[in-house]
Amino acid sequence: MSARTETWAWLAQRASAALLALCVVIHLATMIVAVRGGLSAADILGRTRGSALWAAFYGLFVLAVAIHAPLGLRTIASEWLGWRGHGADAACTVIALALLALGWFAVAAVTL
Amino acid sequence: MSVLEVKVWRGGADGDYRGYSVPREDAQTVLDVVTHIQRRIDPTLAYRFACRVGMCGSCAMTVNGKPRWTCRTHVAQVARDDRLEIGPLAHLPIVRDLVTDMREFFDKWARAKGEFKPTASRRDDFARVEPASPARRAVDAAIECIGCGVCYAACDVVAWNPRYLGPAALNRAWTLVNDARDGARRERVVAVAGDAGCLACHTHETCTERCPKHLAPTASIAGLKRATAFAALRGEL
Repeated sequence: MSARTETWAWLAQRASAALLALCVVIHLATMIVAVRGGLSAADILGRTRGSALWAAFYGLFVLAVAIHAPLGLRTIASEWLGWRGHGADAACTVIALALLALGWFAVAAVTL
Repeated sequence: MSVLEVKVWRGGADGDYRGYSVPREDAQTVLDVVTHIQRRIDPTLAYRFACRVGMCGSCAMTVNGKPRWTCRTHVAQVARDDRLEIGPLAHLPIVRDLVTDMREFFDKWARAKGEFKPTASRRDDFARVEPASPARRAVDAAIECIGCGVCYAACDVVAWNPRYLGPAALNRAWTLVNDARDGARRERVVAVAGDAGCLACHTHETCTERCPKHLAPTASIAGLKRATAFAALRGEL
């Protein structure tokens, strides 16, 4: 990676961290409200299915995870395993795509 | 008279600690201890020093596990039960005994574009820099580095990432980024961006805790992170 790309990756990781902080708080609050409110799985699905708002929220959540986690793993691979360069970058890209695909499939399953 | 039991690193990278008994004296520095060993016990001991007053930055060693400038470190500050362990600085190749090869440390200053690039000649008038301006104050806070290598030896990221420029080189770059007279700001910001530069810093602040001049390289590196981020957003990288 060039210094320019590395700097953009660093910025993307910070921006996605800020987004995750917000998403995690909303997600946890929603879960607590749902559980304490005694909602069943069917009740929850009834509210999420067809909801563009929940689809957008969790779609964004998954996107932030798919950006943040692989970049962190790339740093861990570099500093703890000494694994750097194209191989490590390719592995992190695969992890990013896998997180994105699995996450979005899950979002689609509860919102479509 | 009490006696200090001192273990000193002898040999190269595959060397070992050897024990010496040194008379304990009032106001004794760690450099005094090393000098006593070399002059009174074993003249083959290799170590480096010059000014003895905390200006030259040449006498840094690892004392009881932490990097320190030895000329300004009193034995009373660091000895535990009259015992000292003195080794070469970490993260640098050992030449012999307490002497490390500082080339990589200073090469990284060059890689961080640590040299001043003037924009004026001797025929131009003096630059006028407002002493209270934020840029001048940022320079003031970071300029007194003596290049001792203590921060470099204390930094975990230097150990994990051999390409990392390190706190001292980045601190130097930050002083020049804020120097209104300097003409190489853009090249310097590019040089300190990326995985080998300021973005690799984990903000552990070990450099700031250990700096004998009480500088804060962590704050300088944070400034460089902001500068590189804005440079990326402006398309200047």
